[in-house]
Amino acid sequence: MSSSLALPNEAVAIAEKRSTKRWANIYAGRARVLFERSFRVVKTSSWPVVLSGFVEPVFYLVAFGSGVGPLIGDVSDGYGHMVSYSVYIAPALLATSAMNGAFYDSTWNVFFKMHYGKTYQAMMATSIGPLDVALGEIGWALLRGLVYAIGFMTIVASLGLVPSLWGILAIPAAVLIAFGFASVGMAITSYLKSFQQMDWVTFWLLPMFLFSGTFYPVSVYPDWITNIVRALPLWQAADLVRCLMLGNISTALLWHVLYFAVMIAVGLSVATRRLTRLFMR
Amino acid sequence: MPDDQIVPRLTLVPNPENQTQMIVAQNLTKVYGDFTAVAGIDFTVAKGESFGLLGPNGAGKSTTMRMITATLQRSGGDLTILDKDPDKFGPQIRAHLGVVPQADNLDTELKVHENLYIYGRYFGLSRKYLTKKIDELLAFAQLEDKRNSKVDQLSGGMKRRLTIARALVNEPEVLLLDEPTTGLDPQARHVLWDRLFRLKEQGVTLVITTHYMDEAEQLCDRLIVMDQGKIMAQGSPASLIAEHSSPEVVEVRFGSDRNAAVAERISHIGDRMDVLPDRILIYAQDGEAALAEIISLGQHPVTSLVRRSSLEDVFLRLTGRTLVD
Amino acid sequence: MSAGHWRGATALVDTNRIAKFGAFYAAEYRIRNMLKWWQAIVAFGIGNPLLYLTSIGIGVGSLIDKNTNGAGPDGVKYLAFIAPALLATAALQGTMEEVTFPVVHGFDWRKVFFAMHAAGLTGKQVAQGVIISAITRSVFTVSVYWAILWAFDAFSSPSALWLIPIEIYFGACFAAVMMAVSAYMKEDDGWFAIIGRFVIAPMFLFSGTFYALSTLPLTIRWVGWISPLWHATEIGRYFSYDHPISSTMLLVHFGYMTLLGIAGLLVANRKFALRLAA
Repeated sequence: MSSSLALPNEAVAIAEKRSTKRWANIYAGRARVLFERSFRVVKTSSWPVVLSGFVEPVFYLVAFGSGVGPLIGDVSDGYGHMVSYSVYIAPALLATSAMNGAFYDSTWNVFFKMHYGKTYQAMMATSIGPLDVALGEIGWALLRGLVYAIGFMTIVASLGLVPSLWGILAIPAAVLIAFGFASVGMAITSYLKSFQQMDWVTFWLLPMFLFSGTFYPVSVYPDWITNIVRALPLWQAADLVRCLMLGNISTALLWHVLYFAVMIAVGLSVATRRLTRLFMR
Repeated sequence: MPDDQIVPRLTLVPNPENQTQMIVAQNLTKVYGDFTAVAGIDFTVAKGESFGLLGPNGAGKSTTMRMITATLQRSGGDLTILDKDPDKFGPQIRAHLGVVPQADNLDTELKVHENLYIYGRYFGLSRKYLTKKIDELLAFAQLEDKRNSKVDQLSGGMKRRLTIARALVNEPEVLLLDEPTTGLDPQARHVLWDRLFRLKEQGVTLVITTHYMDEAEQLCDRLIVMDQGKIMAQGSPASLIAEHSSPEVVEVRFGSDRNAAVAERISHIGDRMDVLPDRILIYAQDGEAALAEIISLGQHPVTSLVRRSSLEDVFLRLTGRTLVD
Repeated sequence: MSAGHWRGATALVDTNRIAKFGAFYAAEYRIRNMLKWWQAIVAFGIGNPLLYLTSIGIGVGSLIDKNTNGAGPDGVKYLAFIAPALLATAALQGTMEEVTFPVVHGFDWRKVFFAMHAAGLTGKQVAQGVIISAITRSVFTVSVYWAILWAFDAFSSPSALWLIPIEIYFGACFAAVMMAVSAYMKEDDGWFAIIGRFVIAPMFLFSGTFYALSTLPLTIRWVGWISPLWHATEIGRYFSYDHPISSTMLLVHFGYMTLLGIAGLLVANRKFALRLAA
């Protein structure tokens, strides 16, 4: 009976070819199609908005660096060197911008497509899988993060604020940071049901931004607060980027990398499981 | 209402023609917590058939539909689509299907033609194939001159046609439509029905949920009437009407304050009567004769209508409730 | 409902009252809407200032005070220096939130303004209603923020109490401008992101908020001069710790903000009426 059913059109042949692969039920190997979609969206609507995404950290750098900097003088980088205030805050601003961009993309954008545009619902009616969607959306957030990081680094380097050649690694580091935040952001979003809840989630980014050693060394705090701050993802991110840009290289940096690897693994697996449940049950 | 009309679970009835079965459901069940959305239903859909699921909101039609589209796991029973279990072969089954959901979920961030293109890409279809296919689909949906419009600029009927065109991008063997014309004006509905008829002529199997009787009568070869997760009756529209209703119906209004009183006085007229808060329905072999009889009793309705019996009446007969409430 | 109870619109609706109080009816809708989010408004209204105060005021402040021996910009402690600026920011930002997205919401997303118009309100009344609701919110935010600053001992002059009405007034003037801008927006085609990025963020950062405007090179200093936030901040410092300002400049600050407010209202009134009639 089944042979008489096989009127294989192209889509069926593609899906059948995939069926023996692992995870065929949740992954069709077509995350790139989500890229294609995002690229078209950007192309038609909001180029200037997207491209100008990295100006905000630049504004902060100029304002705090040249405005507040002279009032402060030099600052300890936490590794025994005194550096100018601009040099101190630039890496943290890069880390923050990577965090903000990735988190925004994977929370608000995803939330909207999930509950209002029903975009994912439409995707799930085709032979594409939830893991394709998760990877495609996060991948796009990373691509954007990469473009912003390059833009920001170009400006910062031309202002002479990157003392070490290791600084070039700050770009991949920013992508890693974005990956971590995007994965976790997507996982969190899959649990949320209302705009109010979303507001609360994004609200917590502000204290992280303000207290994670962005504008001043965490050594000003009492020890117990310092320890809490060091456990926060943005401090991990800022310290990683700062060490790279200032050339404080040691194997200890691998702990930061591990921290983000865990965020990615946990975030991705939770997000995929939740998306599967949301759309298939 | 006679109780013997309600058969809780019907046995599997073979299709009229002995053809390849596209969908086979046996004791199909969906339970959410302690709420049973679909309570063990049996049906089959044959190749090339146009099959309807009819019932009021909350009857379990959309839930059934989602299980067929392999985007919702069943809680119990058996379901095969093109001989495959949707729990195990979701993507392979969905590659055969075209899905038109109840609420349009077009991609509002993309233009009209991009909606078709990207949707095709989700199936993995090649750019070359899609370039040609998009022209064909835009013509089918009569949207050629809206090619570069944004989705938001389309009218309700256009959006619906685009959604259907989108569902056809993979040349599906089975097209599933959930309430395809809800919210459309009469003209847009007819345009849509014409398009769907074309597809039927081309041998596409159609599965349609609706709470519109006229739609089911227009489009479906065979249908099941659902209520509260169960199948109440099944058959062709004509056979259901013949079995569960009289050929004609008289609808009369006497004003909301006189309705009940008049109903008592004319209750002997016709085969059967349903008294609704604002109007009275009288089922009769000859509607005009029944109306003449009412008037001869000295009861002059404010408005009166004699019409052919429809599935709406079948449903009212089976459940004691109207379909659209 | 039976026909006997139908009194008819002419008996029920008092058009004179609409003409007199229409703006308040429009404001009532907005305020009721706001109350649905009151937890967020209260939490963010208090949380935001507290965060900036502790982080920048105390954290960065400790570095600056150490470096300058407590005589930072303007010769006062850093906390006292930025407190009026933060208060002005809260006043401007709080009212802005009530006139940007709500206006797009009213015209495009939910078309609420058209419903108001159909019920007999004029475009001008709808616009005024939006401003009234924004002021209502800022009365709350500014008072709470002021109390927090006072608790942190950020004011040294008793005249600081004047800041509550003054900053509410400046917030309303700024809101009028932003409302006029929002009235020109169709849907959200990314313009809010552009404005946020290129107008609001620079305004926050280059208006002498965190440092004296005079430390900036002239090439950027003009941003502060045209920025409503700078004018609001200068006045704020004048009242909170007797920051010296000449009477001419006092007049300039008040005059500039008032002009902005009037211009904003006029443009908004016109555009609201045009869009509602279209």
